[in-house]
Amino acid sequence: MDNLYQYLLSGLSNGAIYALIGFGFAIIHNATGIINFAQGEFVMLGGMLALFFLVFCGFPLSPSIILSILIATVVGIIFERLAIRPLKNAKPIRLIIITIGASIFIRGAAMLIWGKDTHALPAFSGNDPLYIAGATIMPQHLWIFAVTILVIFSSRLFFNHTIIGKAMRACAYNAQAASLVGIDVRIMVMLSFSISAAIGSLAGIIIAPLTMTSYDVGIMLGLKGFCAVIIGGMSSGLGTVMGGLLLGLLEALGAGFISAGYKDAIAFIILLLILFFRPEGLFGKKETERV
Amino acid sequence: MIKNIFRMCFISMVIVLFAGTVFAAPPIKIGAILSVTGPASFLGEPERNTALMMVDEINKAGGINGRKIELIVYDTQGDATKAVQAVNRLIKSDKVVAIIGDSTTGNSMAVIPVVEKAEVPIISCAAGVKITDPVKKWVFKTAQNDSLAVMKIFEHMKEKKIKKIAIITVSDGFGASGREQLKLKAADFGIEIVLDETYGPKDTDMTAQLTKIRGSSAQAIVCWGTNPGPAVVARNVKQLGIKMPLFMSHGVSSKKFIELAGEGAEGIILPSGRVIVADQLPGNDLQKKALLSYVNNYRKHYKVEGDHFGGHAWDAIMLIKEAIERGGTTPAAIRDQLEKTKNFAGIGGIFNYSEQDHAGLTKDAFVLVQIKKGEWKLIK
Amino acid sequence: MTKEKRQIFVFLIFALALLTIPFLLRESYLLNVLVFIGIHTMLAVALNLLLGYAGQISLGHAAFFGIGAYMSGILTARFALDPWLVIILAAVSAAAIAFIIGFPILKLKGHYLAMATLGFGIIFYIIFNETVGWTGGPSGLSGIPNLQIGGIIFDNDMCNYYLVWIITIAVMLLSINLSQSRIGRALRAVHDSEVAARVMGINAWVLKVQIFTISAFISAIAGSLYAHTMTFISPASFGFNFSVELVTMVVVGGLGSIYGSFLGAAILTVLPEFLRVFEDFDIIIYGLMLILITMFMPGGLISGFQLLAQKVNLKTKGK
Repeated sequence: MDNLYQYLLSGLSNGAIYALIGFGFAIIHNATGIINFAQGEFVMLGGMLALFFLVFCGFPLSPSIILSILIATVVGIIFERLAIRPLKNAKPIRLIIITIGASIFIRGAAMLIWGKDTHALPAFSGNDPLYIAGATIMPQHLWIFAVTILVIFSSRLFFNHTIIGKAMRACAYNAQAASLVGIDVRIMVMLSFSISAAIGSLAGIIIAPLTMTSYDVGIMLGLKGFCAVIIGGMSSGLGTVMGGLLLGLLEALGAGFISAGYKDAIAFIILLLILFFRPEGLFGKKETERV
Repeated sequence: MIKNIFRMCFISMVIVLFAGTVFAAPPIKIGAILSVTGPASFLGEPERNTALMMVDEINKAGGINGRKIELIVYDTQGDATKAVQAVNRLIKSDKVVAIIGDSTTGNSMAVIPVVEKAEVPIISCAAGVKITDPVKKWVFKTAQNDSLAVMKIFEHMKEKKIKKIAIITVSDGFGASGREQLKLKAADFGIEIVLDETYGPKDTDMTAQLTKIRGSSAQAIVCWGTNPGPAVVARNVKQLGIKMPLFMSHGVSSKKFIELAGEGAEGIILPSGRVIVADQLPGNDLQKKALLSYVNNYRKHYKVEGDHFGGHAWDAIMLIKEAIERGGTTPAAIRDQLEKTKNFAGIGGIFNYSEQDHAGLTKDAFVLVQIKKGEWKLIK
Repeated sequence: MTKEKRQIFVFLIFALALLTIPFLLRESYLLNVLVFIGIHTMLAVALNLLLGYAGQISLGHAAFFGIGAYMSGILTARFALDPWLVIILAAVSAAAIAFIIGFPILKLKGHYLAMATLGFGIIFYIIFNETVGWTGGPSGLSGIPNLQIGGIIFDNDMCNYYLVWIITIAVMLLSINLSQSRIGRALRAVHDSEVAARVMGINAWVLKVQIFTISAFISAIAGSLYAHTMTFISPASFGFNFSVELVTMVVVGGLGSIYGSFLGAAILTVLPEFLRVFEDFDIIIYGLMLILITMFMPGGLISGFQLLAQKVNLKTKGK
């Protein structure tokens, strides 16, 4: 029984990480229809930048976090401006290839700047494990839960109750109609890239004390985030959180009861099954294909 | 007119003489294929640095028998296809007389058919047992066999009356080879493996596997992997409050591991080459001189600690150097002399190659160390 | 000369040039590089059928390459079956897998298709890695025999060169034929607008599955040849990175062009040799190349060459 609690708790805390990373995918996808294969690299950038400011420059924690998010956001904007915007109306295949190119480029640049070593970020509030019903988690996990909840609430507020948020949703629904009513679609696209870069890097920073960070952590984390968002039906709200938590739980239970070696295979088999049988996600509404 | 002809003759003679002195001793070409970038860069990078440093040193001291060495390094990125291409290039285009590398067992295995066919000696820097078992005529290795590390741990366990263990290994070449040896050797020491878990090289949380281990009847945990996975394991063991002693492999015997694992590193026991505890060795240790010179030189050149892995390249270069000094510069002569290497005190251990043994080390190549207060402590 | 005749003429010159190269190179290590270029060309041509003609992305093509390599490796090294028979068996199995998985997977479009194929590729990578009893797991599978016909053993670069390139040229020929057949025209229609193609009575879905199956078949043959020339295989050669590298070859060379696939495969195989000077920079150069070519040269490098050839042609005609 003890084991089960620990599996559940471990699964949920990893799931929160996946959900947080998944958000970034959803925001860009909903505004532009693009799946940004470079999303994982923003997670990596967050961790590596925070490490750089905190450990190498010796800045205190909060300025390091803010600076890292700012820089990652700027990278996101530059990426959109230089690589995505000139390709307006391109076929998805070109956009996919260009985001893959960007992810390779960012990874390579990070390797040149910070080297190939793995680094650990100090935990925000100590390393003493917390006990919950016989299972343990780290204080850092609480940070992750808190930030995930904060991100859902603020994104809900933003998309439902602000003019800019509503405008972004309008673009996602129909860009042409949105521009007819006076919304500057280009700015909305840029905004979506900057928000998702910011959220991605934030995720990267708060998980780095637990998972450690290096130039190449982005690939796997990005893929897991993507699985979460597919299960959740590409929503930038509760769906993705549920998707992430479910994925985390299945992985932990799979590793606990079946085999750890096939843990990642489980994640991707779920991904395929959902894409085949319920492309709108487990928690999403059905959408008709637009030509 | 005649004067002119004389002058011409004189000038050409001077040129020939001059050229003669320059070209009389062209450099001896040695090749290296190492995984400098890619997933195994933690092996390849220190190995390349060490090899370059050693060649530099040898050349400064006048080379081998008056001839300089030229080291040609190709990065294989941990990719078997690139390793085979690089070895072909070294042999057919660069015409090297001996090769060191690759850093990983997989790549070392991949290039064996090529060197065997071309008859050029290679000294692998990877640990897999099957590189030199069965013995292949042209293949040697300097990295200690995984089986030796496993035996060192099991010996200690037997002493401490540990009978049941759980193992958690990484699912890459290093972990797979360790896992195989752990399972193979356990029975010899009266040890039973009650749980056999794995994790992926990029995994960031092993609490599920360790929870399972916590609930088992194991008395100790053995983790086999290279950074950063084992650091996550060490942290998770601490998080879960597991009290069983934790053993690691020589794959983490670098300061980086202690830094990454933080408080989780405390008390961990692992087999390692002597390089990390060079200053704690007794004065009569045969390797001490080589170890200290390597550690100091490396720190001077690269501003970081020289590690266990770089040592494999040190040994490989020095073994080739000694072989050339004894027997000449043809690939065949180098191979024959390598096989005759006796009592060579290097970084990895004391090498004794023979016709039946191209790995050359015994389990004494390893010492057991324990991490105490963030430092390595030799267990005697 | 008519257009078609000229095409045949160009291909003949291309094939002839390739078959005479070994006599110029002799024992050079370049011959070995060319063997790998041949295998990569075969893969790039196979992926190009899907990517360039049908406009469908696959980020998991390394899986089919791996299926070919591992089936050949396991069945010949462990069970000593006839290698030639196994090559056909492996190719048919890969095609069957592609056919079965193709129906649900090719229903998906654009980004979702990319993600699904990626997941498919990773699942196979994990299988190669975890089924240690069969594949040897992460430490690889060695002892794969070289191919042989009669008295000829394909254990040197010269023999392997002809083996690989004759099959590659056949694959290229097949692919040219395919592009000019009814299937090829229908594919282009699907590429341009799937809805329009559907209106014209083309069953785009079945068509895409067909191409996917052919592509997997060719990739598996390339995998078998790779296993027999290397005589050693390990899972790392069949991962996500290699799938991306294949896409890069096709895009850099030129989507929809057979010669482009050759060019892309050649460049990506040889590039590391030149980038050695830059060492750690090669990953960044790959990324940049991919971005720049997609942005400014959607037709790939081959389109640049074609443009150049046209200009030269015009100039000479002008004189």
